[in-house]
Amino acid sequence: MPAEQFHEWLRREGRIVVVGASLAGLRAAETLRAEGFTGSLTMIGDEPYEPYDRPPLSKAVLLGMSAPDRTDLPRRREIDATWRLGVAATGLDLAAHRVRLADGDEVPYDRLLIATGVRARPWPREEEAQLDGVFTLRTRDDAVRLHRRLKAGPRRVFVIGAGFTGSEIASACRHQGIAVTVAERADAPLVGALGGVIGSVAAELHRDNGVDLRTGVMVTGLEGDSVGRVRAAHLSDGSVVDTDVVVVSLGATRNTEWLADSGLGAGPRGIACDAGCRAFDFRGIVTDDVYVAGDVARSPHALFGYQFLSLEHWGNAVAQAEVAAHNMISASADRRPHLWVPAFWSAQFGVNIKSVGVPTMGEEIMITQGSLAERRFVGVYGYRGRVIAAVSFDNTRWLEFYEGQIERGAPFPVEYPTMDRRPEGRKPVPADFPDPSLPTHGATVTLSGYSPADRRLVFTPARH
Amino acid sequence: MTQAPLLRRITDYSSRADPYPLYEELRRTPVLHEEEGGPYVISSYYDIKGLLHDPRISSDAANATAVDDEFSAPEATGLPPSFLRLDPPEHDRLRRIANSSFGPPHRPDRIDGLRGELGAIVSDLLDGLAGAERIDVVDQFAYPFPVTVICRLLGVPREEEPRFRAWVDPIVAGLDPGNRDDPGAPGPKAAQEARVQLGMYLAGLVEERTRDPRDDMLSDLVAGHGPDGAMSMMEVLSTAVLLLIAGHETTVNLITNGMLTLLRHPEYLERLRADPGLSVRIVEELLRYEPPVQLVPQRTCITDIELRGVTIPKGSRIWLVLAAGNRDPERFKDPDRFDPDREDIEHLGFGSGIHSCFGAPLARLEAQVALAELARRLDNPRLAEDPPPYRTNAVLRGPRHLTVDVDGVLP
Repeated sequence: MPAEQFHEWLRREGRIVVVGASLAGLRAAETLRAEGFTGSLTMIGDEPYEPYDRPPLSKAVLLGMSAPDRTDLPRRREIDATWRLGVAATGLDLAAHRVRLADGDEVPYDRLLIATGVRARPWPREEEAQLDGVFTLRTRDDAVRLHRRLKAGPRRVFVIGAGFTGSEIASACRHQGIAVTVAERADAPLVGALGGVIGSVAAELHRDNGVDLRTGVMVTGLEGDSVGRVRAAHLSDGSVVDTDVVVVSLGATRNTEWLADSGLGAGPRGIACDAGCRAFDFRGIVTDDVYVAGDVARSPHALFGYQFLSLEHWGNAVAQAEVAAHNMISASADRRPHLWVPAFWSAQFGVNIKSVGVPTMGEEIMITQGSLAERRFVGVYGYRGRVIAAVSFDNTRWLEFYEGQIERGAPFPVEYPTMDRRPEGRKPVPADFPDPSLPTHGATVTLSGYSPADRRLVFTPARH
Repeated sequence: MTQAPLLRRITDYSSRADPYPLYEELRRTPVLHEEEGGPYVISSYYDIKGLLHDPRISSDAANATAVDDEFSAPEATGLPPSFLRLDPPEHDRLRRIANSSFGPPHRPDRIDGLRGELGAIVSDLLDGLAGAERIDVVDQFAYPFPVTVICRLLGVPREEEPRFRAWVDPIVAGLDPGNRDDPGAPGPKAAQEARVQLGMYLAGLVEERTRDPRDDMLSDLVAGHGPDGAMSMMEVLSTAVLLLIAGHETTVNLITNGMLTLLRHPEYLERLRADPGLSVRIVEELLRYEPPVQLVPQRTCITDIELRGVTIPKGSRIWLVLAAGNRDPERFKDPDRFDPDREDIEHLGFGSGIHSCFGAPLARLEAQVALAELARRLDNPRLAEDPPPYRTNAVLRGPRHLTVDVDGVLP
């Protein structure tokens, strides 16, 4: 069949399977229908729920301001799909074009979209992880359980890891007057994502809000009582913290195990795809019928030296899903690249934090507006003489400008005057990211090297 | 004969009823600088959006070097500037305090809690028109409605409207850049004088609220419940003047432009009658199609900036023509069509960036309630005059009267 006719046929009566029924999967399905796809659409998800929104789970839901089962994602349109919910995909046969499911079923496809996302990294010692009172927070069920426990009025909550999720959980606890200890291996919260300069502001934010913040320590063990309830956490500095709720916030693991023998370029760092969201196989050859979107994808980005980026960002999931869906049913000349500038936000301790670009590439930072001491500022990261990222605390509305600067490769340091530039912001200082040989859980953007099919877990330093 | 400069044609009263063809011409020169010392006029959507988020663009009149015209001159006497004419960090502090008595997180219920009251005010006004065959939508509805609301919200006695009206008019006229060509118009001195007078009038109310707080914004502004504490007395007065004026002068136009547009597109008036929920989309599209604030003439750059190959020198005045950006075909498909069903209505009607409309949630709700009720209760409304006579103001643009014939006002 000539290519043109093939795409016409595909749009009319092809079979598209989406593995992963969360944000990226849903937006992709909606885009397919919006662009006139009339074939069959199957949505496969391992959770029993229709697509729901996750950011509120560590914010409004923990505060009791929103019910955990009320965060369903708003629908843009009808998608007329066959839903296979509560059934995980367990395998992929690239040659036969079939997805295997946990219940033994096989679902054939003409085009496949993989949007299986990530899951919370569990506490590594299984026995301790299974103690009553030890939680992770990623899913709706997690949020229900944790919220119930917080409502019961624990004596102290112990949070392992001061990345964004860990910090938001600590914030929600403090907001409700619950005592919290946060243990972080780095010298401050958010260091992995934003560097030490911003990390020290975050540390103050924790402490001023009454968090018992322990930095530079590791948790060496969780201790249970005789009936299997957690009662204490042991730290590497020898201290012991009595607690009855432990939340493990050690970042995320990519859901790629089900692809282990599929021949796709999938591994612990995600599934490599090209700028058009087409998956690479393990030989580094691009497929034309398997697409990737959302947290599980790693794709090259022109603005960042064509390095492969893995982004655990809400906005990226949406944007990449739209591009993937469009490209799946379009001839090659009509396809679009995914060139989204990374951006994410967090709300904690009453402060709105937002970032654009790739802060972890930053060598230096300068505060171009506002002041660190007031915790209201815009910080700009520089990399080899250009603007590579920006972060704001309660100054979100300026970031659009800096996003433009990143896209243009504008020069760094920022020499031009800006409103509310303080003397402290006239000179760049080292951004102070931790030793890149120590992978941290805090980064929500991970640079994962140049080789698309690299399945080894080798850390690529953020700075060269 | 050579044509007058484009900007003068835009501010000229004769173009008030339909400035959109001139805006189209304007967009052909996206950075227009016609006269020495005159403003740089920006008219394309993405350029306006970009400058509204640009930290090199100031709203503080003190940064303008080209103060040849009184319009941009910093106030020499009287009240300090309101947060509309300030930059961070002062702008941010004042706006945060004002917001702590107006919206989330401190007062998430403030606007929503007004819903019932808004409905009651609208019903009263329309009940008062029973038996009428011809109504002026402006004087009998679109003006008294938001005035009543903002008085209630701030805590200004509604019956004193004629008193503060006399001060508001010259202040609003002072916002009109076209005014300087009109020798009969109230000058900047009159505007400044009126602002002081209005401030003094409000000072009396503020003093009352200091002694005897009530559930209104004036009481909250002086009390300063938020983490930033209270405003100074002068800051309270500047803020109150701003909120009182911005709280109704723009909404009048939004409602009136809305009714006019619906009467010109009766299919939507019909749909709105059947489905009041459509008012949400209608109001968003109105904010794009006929925005009540047509342009922002109060920005200055604090350094030389480059835009589309043009260098705008430090201290230049910059005008952002929101209404032109809203009809930019680079941004909106079929921009001159009124289409509440369009999927993407990310208009510039409320501006963008740190100065984006403070009262937007209130304005939206007022216009939604007003238009839905007008559609439901006016029986067979017909425009008596098209176009209607306009107010002189080129910035806050809207009809002075909107005469509508009706078969009756339904209960």
